[in-house]
Amino acid sequence: MGEFMAGWFKFDEEIRSSVKVLAGDGLEPTSTATTVRYKDGAPVTSDGPFAETKEQLGGYYLIDVENLDEAIKVAGTIPNLPMGGSVEVRPVQVFEQ
Amino acid sequence: MTDPTEVAEKVFREEYGRVFATLVRVFGDFDVAEEAIQDSFLIAIDRWPVSGVPQKPAAWITTTAKRKAIDGYRREKVRVEKYAVLSSTRSNGHEEHEILEESTLQDDRLRLIFTCCHPALAIDAQLALTLRTLGGLKTREIARAFLVAESTMAQRLVRAKRKIRDAGIPYRVPPDDVLTERIAAVLGVIYLIFNEGYSASEGDDLVRHDLCSEAIRLGRVLADLMPDEPEAIGLLALMLLHDSRKDARISSTGEPMLLDDQDRQLWDRSQIDEGLRHLVIAERQRIPGKYQTQAAIASIHAQAGTPEQTDWSRIAMLYGMLGQQNPSPVVELNRAVAVAMALGPEYGLEIIEPLRSDLDRYRWMHSTRAELLRRLERFEEASDAYRRAINLTENSAERSLLSKRLAEVENSQGRDGLR
Repeated sequence: MGEFMAGWFKFDEEIRSSVKVLAGDGLEPTSTATTVRYKDGAPVTSDGPFAETKEQLGGYYLIDVENLDEAIKVAGTIPNLPMGGSVEVRPVQVFEQ
Repeated sequence: MTDPTEVAEKVFREEYGRVFATLVRVFGDFDVAEEAIQDSFLIAIDRWPVSGVPQKPAAWITTTAKRKAIDGYRREKVRVEKYAVLSSTRSNGHEEHEILEESTLQDDRLRLIFTCCHPALAIDAQLALTLRTLGGLKTREIARAFLVAESTMAQRLVRAKRKIRDAGIPYRVPPDDVLTERIAAVLGVIYLIFNEGYSASEGDDLVRHDLCSEAIRLGRVLADLMPDEPEAIGLLALMLLHDSRKDARISSTGEPMLLDDQDRQLWDRSQIDEGLRHLVIAERQRIPGKYQTQAAIASIHAQAGTPEQTDWSRIAMLYGMLGQQNPSPVVELNRAVAVAMALGPEYGLEIIEPLRSDLDRYRWMHSTRAELLRRLERFEEASDAYRRAINLTENSAERSLLSKRLAEVENSQGRDGLR
């Protein structure tokens, strides 16, 4: 386990030094998740992630790069990939004044 | 008196890809480019009957379209920054020249085709966008070609353009580190378009059959723009060689004709010659690849005056090579056929044996086995195999062809049974 985390720390260091990273965190497992939804017009809380899927959202990075190709390149280096994980790449909304 | 709309349509279709590609570069927006060309089309059908079709239609259309787009921006009072960029491209005589010289290192069409074939787009979207923007086909035509409703195709195109804009897909030729795989993707799209046309059946829309010519046209553009990419030239050669057989592929009664049975007089010699020329040019670069190999196989058939003159050993060797470049049980099946033709049916059956479970749902594996078993006079096994193939057929033309074969085998079986 120590080696696994050491790998992530090393990656995190590298990515922050090579790419403009605005934010990034690993998430605690979905067993710690709580979902809030509306029921009968008011927020209701339930145990678990918002979608029960085999894949669990494990973390995120918010990066500032030129275009999708650059983002894809960065996504390709994330260490969960060789372990069978996947990375979703999505742009952040930009609102014009 | 020629209809001005027809004349303009012909010219616009021809120049669409080039003009569209440049306009997207200038305005950074697919929709703006499309609307601008539409606007210039309306002007063309009005002006050209009077002034004549311009000497350099691409330049005329591009300039006119730019003007209309800038006018559009002015009308909408678009943000100052955008307008400032555009106002630097004032219309004057020099500009026409400039637009076409602009493509110093890279034709805008290269940028366009790589963008249309970006892996972040669904493959259906890649096909549709390529045909619309580079091919200049109308949405209605593309819908008919792919057997979907026009509204479905229109939505597909809208979503694709939206994704390009919103996901940040850059409008450019990809950088060196991903160029090879992205070229492969582009070639794949063009070949898919070709195969879609190649698989068109008798009753299908003409535009569906036309997909082959459209793919060849796109292939020519690509080979021109990337002369140092042997696979691009190889793909063009392959498509020409396949297309050369189109008049011989369907019998007078509408059945598919196997290669061996085709009337080779109906093969288009000038397409074959052109295909062979391109293949030689590609192979000169000494960077083999799967399209060149497939073209080489097609070239051996093309150069055989009769089926008996076919150099099957060489074809078997080439399928072996193709198996390295593009491993697949179907390639191996084809190699089995070539080996059977060169050395004897039993050798072909040997190669097919380990493929049987993988290809159990593939009718051509069963029909191939059936044919080889028939030649070895193993008639009962051949019948079984033909029956299995017939069970898996997808249309009546195939069924009729295979049923005929089954009947022949059962006849031989009958005669044999009397011994």
